[in-house]
Amino acid sequence: MKKLSFRDGLRHGVPIGLGYLSVAFAFGIQAVALGLEPVQALLISMTNVTSAGQLAGISLMAAGASLMEMALTQLTINLRYALMSLSLSQKMDESMQTLQRMIFSFCNTDEIFAVAASQDGRLGKHYLYGLMIIPWIGWSLGTILGAAAGTLLPEFFRTALGIAIYGMFLAVIIPPSRKQKPVRLVVILAAVISVILKYTPGLRNIPSGYAIILCAVAASTVGALLFPVADEEEEGKEA
Amino acid sequence: MTWQTYLPYLLVMALVTYLIRMLPLTLMRRQIRNRFIRSFLKYVPYAVLSAMTIPDIFYSTGYTAGVPDGLITAAVGFAAAAVAAWKGKDLLTVAIVACVAVALAQGVLLIF
Repeated sequence: MKKLSFRDGLRHGVPIGLGYLSVAFAFGIQAVALGLEPVQALLISMTNVTSAGQLAGISLMAAGASLMEMALTQLTINLRYALMSLSLSQKMDESMQTLQRMIFSFCNTDEIFAVAASQDGRLGKHYLYGLMIIPWIGWSLGTILGAAAGTLLPEFFRTALGIAIYGMFLAVIIPPSRKQKPVRLVVILAAVISVILKYTPGLRNIPSGYAIILCAVAASTVGALLFPVADEEEEGKEA
Repeated sequence: MTWQTYLPYLLVMALVTYLIRMLPLTLMRRQIRNRFIRSFLKYVPYAVLSAMTIPDIFYSTGYTAGVPDGLITAAVGFAAAAVAAWKGKDLLTVAIVACVAVALAQGVLLIF
């Protein structure tokens, strides 16, 4: 099997980076609306590189929340990355030693994970470094553009941009759902549980970060029980 | 926001987010043999993104309680994005299709 190169990584990162440009633009607008300086919004994007966590973070800042509340909220909303990192740890080749893993971790976003996880075979440092660069630039650039220019934008366009990030999520989950019945089941099940948690009296008081974890654990458990993956399926030839 | 208020928040956010990503990737070096765990890990990202999208996508376009307009425009955006994704369009195309569909729906609602 041909090894994926740095250039392959860059190429796969382009659509993610362009998507991030528009989503980060929306984030920049909201950050400034909540009272942050454009450069403060930019620094958050450059150091966090996560949509949902950043959105929750700026709301907590504006509300003057405690640092403990900030830490717990980020922990909950971003706990899914621990599962993604754990999953990706199984796909890395011997070029990914501790230092390389520490560098790549920084940019292990939902979309970068999805693209990396869907490649065949083990992944090396050249490909993964290539993959993270353009999304990181797009996320940072979009944030400062949105923060600088967003307030000038009429509300009509600002509300239309609000759906951008969810469109991106759908682009990640729908194509594999179409091709693979087990993924389809997991996606539908997670959505159904999410709706139940959101609207059922009592259950709807569960903070959204915890609700996401509940949905993910329940739906993935059912998927793993009904449709276990074949032995060493992705690994191909085991060493 | 003053920098004295902002910087501690920034530090906590960035550090917590980084550690969540870094620790499992760095500490977990051996291959997991257990079939259930490998299957579970394969399905988790799809489940997370699905739960984050449904039903929140319907409140993403300026929904105000009691006014159905935001729900309608978001539903139009959702349908358009779902079709584009079903046809296998890339992330950017699907995101743009969703935004344009919402803008068109908002335009129609403005006229009628």
